[in-house]
Formats: sequence, structure tokens, C-alpha cells
Amino acid sequence: MNATVDSLPVTWLRRIGSMSLFFAQVCARIIPAFAKPGLIVRQIYNAGARSLVIIMLSGLFVGMVLGLLGFDTLQRFGSEDSLGVLAALGMLKVLGPVLTALLFAGRAGTSLTSEIGLMKSTEQLTAMQMMAVDPLRHVIAPRFLGGIIAMPLLAATFSVIGLFGAQLIGVQQMGVDVGAFWSQTQSAVELRDVNEGIVKSLVFGVACSLIAVYEGYHCEPTPEGVGLATTRTVVTSSVMVLLLNYLLTAAFLTKA
Amino acid sequence: MTNSLTNDANGSPAQAGDAVIEVRDVHYSIGGRKIFDGLDIAARRGRITAFMGPSGTGKTTLLRLITGQSQAQSGSVKAWGQEVARMSGKELFALRRRMGMLFQNGALLTDEDVYENVAFPLRAHARLPESLVRQLVLTKLQAVGLRGAARLLPAELSGGMARRVALARAIVMDPELLIYDEPFVGLDPISMGVICRLIKQLNDALGITSIVVSHDVHELSLIADDSFLLSGGKVVAQGTPAELHESDLAEVHQFMGGLADGPVAFHYPAPELAQDLLEGEA
Repeated sequence: MNATVDSLPVTWLRRIGSMSLFFAQVCARIIPAFAKPGLIVRQIYNAGARSLVIIMLSGLFVGMVLGLLGFDTLQRFGSEDSLGVLAALGMLKVLGPVLTALLFAGRAGTSLTSEIGLMKSTEQLTAMQMMAVDPLRHVIAPRFLGGIIAMPLLAATFSVIGLFGAQLIGVQQMGVDVGAFWSQTQSAVELRDVNEGIVKSLVFGVACSLIAVYEGYHCEPTPEGVGLATTRTVVTSSVMVLLLNYLLTAAFLTKA
Repeated sequence: MTNSLTNDANGSPAQAGDAVIEVRDVHYSIGGRKIFDGLDIAARRGRITAFMGPSGTGKTTLLRLITGQSQAQSGSVKAWGQEVARMSGKELFALRRRMGMLFQNGALLTDEDVYENVAFPLRAHARLPESLVRQLVLTKLQAVGLRGAARLLPAELSGGMARRVALARAIVMDPELLIYDEPFVGLDPISMGVICRLIKQLNDALGITSIVVSHDVHELSLIADDSFLLSGGKVVAQGTPAELHESDLAEVHQFMGGLADGPVAFHYPAPELAQDLLEGEA
């Protein structure tokens, strides 16, 4: 019993150390990976373009809910014209990056982990090493980069569609003045708000992509091992995104 | 107990200058289980060397030691006279460029078609014009009889075809040493015969050295120049397949004859069956 309790922090420390080392190894291969840009473009397509539908749909529905709840709350104070500001800031600073990262972890992250895990269990990675090809450079680095590049683009798409959803409900259904909606949004949203969203989505992209490729590369090369690694990707990524969101929000507020 | 059937005058299994791969007094354990206990093996230039033995004797582990994927706890593993365990990552990659390896399951890249699988090492290591890549790939695919399957995906191939594509990929960089890990497993007799002939033809036509790890005695007897029989972490016999067939050593006799009873136990260590059954009732 004690051994299990004692070993848990050690296990986590070892895991963090192993992931940090892996991160350093992947970073060292980022520049060489650009020698074959086709591999990176393919991964941006896999992680980004293939996630577009779920991101757009989710963004629309989240924006619509935000429109409904925002209108309901703001009208109590007679300030329903500020619905655009609420939706834009909410989407840009929190909902866009966070929900996109959670969806990204569930769709692209699990796909990355299982793909790399299956490559490992079918000896494709070993075969590459035997052909004197570094799998970290050829397989891992392009996927890691593809995730990092795709995340901010997906988060931007989510925010834009979400804002459209909020406008759809607020203006078309609830009768908020369209001019007030957009002009207040334009005057209230500043560049630093946009920057906050970009920084957050970039950091989340690094975290989610790193966890996904790490879990795939280090999984047990068995069907059960790949399944467990995929589950760990979703759980670890989700917790990490929410933790990082708090830390980044606090940092941006302190800076402001 | 080691019985060298073809030792030279020095008692060495192969002449040192002639050996592409030399394994000397290797000890290797995994999780407390001893895999090799003073293993001595050599593969000579231009010859097909077979490593045989029952399942679990460490044949694939031996290949991992030779290719630098694992390191022995003690002893020496040399490739072309260089100690594999002392090589840096860069040196290891340079060494592997001189080798080609055929994996048990082919290990083809599942999201690439046959053509791209064979072209993969060329694209990774050389900036060749596409016309030259095409010429090389089609030549190698022609050699294994699969030029017509160039645009098929690995999922569309049979086990034997996948093994042949993997073979084409293994020879596309013109290696000096070809390593085959269980090339006959799960193949029908026709595919087995085809792979068997290909191993022999490639070795003779390209003038390379081949190492074949397998427990298919009949197929190995047809193509191997030298054979090593592994059991209990050591080489129990070595020589040409014909010499192994004629050996009166109990281990060799049991393995070559496919007998259940002999020094290599069929049953995993366990208490007596009657004792086990009675304990269950109690």
C-alpha cells in the first residue's frame, strides 16, 4: 500500500523528466524537419483541415449558447447591446483557445497517438531506424509542428464562427441592434485581447501535440498499450490545457 | 555444450578476416532471464548464414545486438571489425546504411503505397532525380516480381507479397549485408519457395552476405551455407545444414527432427499434473 502511494510522485516525476527530455530531442529536430516541408504540410492537413468540421460546428453551437445566456444576463441590467463585447472577449480569450484545444486533443491528439503507437507496434519505427532514418525527425517532428501550426488557426476559426453564432442568436433572434453589436465589439476588443488568444492557442498547441506524440512514441507496442496511451493523451491534455489556461489568464491579468 | 562441426584449425567458428559479423562470448539477460551465456557466432562474407533454434532462444534478440538496437552486458559484437556497442548514434546510422533488414511482418509503411515504400530509403538518404528513383524502384520491384503491384497499398497485399515488397525495400540501397528475421513465418508453400529462391538469388547475384534467422529447417537446408543451432543461450552445433542433419547430438537430433521429447523441454516447468489437479480439489 505504502509502496503504491510512495511510487506515485516518483512515477510522475519520472514521466515529467522523460517528457522534458523527449521535448528537447524533438526541438533539436525541428529545423532539420523543415528540409522536407511536404511532411509538415501533410500533418497540418491531418491535424488541422480534418478537424475543421468539428471545430466549426462546436464553435457555432457554443457561440449560440453564449448569445442566449449572454442576452438573458445582460438584459437584466439593460445592457444587451454589449452582447457583442461579451461574446468576442469570451471567445477570443477563453472559449476559443480552451475548447479548441480540448476538441483538438480528442480528435487530432488521439489520432496522432494511435497512429504513432500502431507504427511502433508494427515495427515501422524500428524499420526506419534500421534504414538509418531517424523516426524523431521523420515521424515525430513533422506531426508536432503540424499540431502547433494547426492549433491557432483552428482556435481563430472557432472564435470567428462562435462570434457569428452569438450574433445569429443575439441580433437575428433576440433583436439586439446589429450596429450596436458590431460597433461595441470593435471598440472594446483590443490587440492585446487578440494576442492573448493567439498565445494561449500556441501554448495549448505545443502541450497537446507534445503529449500526443510522446504517448504514441512511448506506448507499449500492443493493442492494449495503444488504447491506454490514447486514453492518457485525452486525460493529460485536458487537465494540462485547463491548468495552463488558469496560469496564462493570471499572467495576462497581472501584466495588464 | 558446444559442438563445432566445421571449426577451422584455431577452433574458431570462422576466419576472423573473413567475418562480416563476429559475436564473441556474449552474455545477455532481460529481467533476470538469461538469454545468452557466452555466445560465439560469425557470419562470413558472401555466404548465407542461418541462425536456427527453438522459439524463445533469442534469435531475434541476436539480430538486435548485431544491428545495435540492444547492447550485451558483456562480450563483443563486431560488424566489419567495428565494435557495435561503442558506436555513436551517427556511426550506428552509417553502419545500418550498409545493412538491409527484412522484418517478420514486413514492417511496411501502411500509409504509403508499394512504390513509395521501396523509394523511402532513397528519398531519405539521397536527393536523386525522380526519373532515377523510378528506375531504381521499378528494377528492385521487378527483382521480387511485384512491379505490377507498385501502386497497391500494403493493406491490399498478401503476407508473401508484403514480405517481397519489404525485401525490395531492403535491397534498394544495395546493402552489403542482408538480415532476414523469420522470413518464412506464416507463408504458404508457394510464397515460401519464392522467398527462399529470392534469398539465394539475391545473395549470389549481388555478392552480398546474408543472415537468416528462422526455425524452418527444411527451407534453411536448401539455401544456407553455414548454420548455427542455438539453445540454452549458446551455440549447441554449427556447420552446413547437411552436417547438422547427420549430427548425433541430442539437441540437434531433436530440433532437426522436430521431436517433442529431448533436451529441449516441451513443457514449461510446472509441478506434476496429478499434484496440480489434487490441489485444485482440496
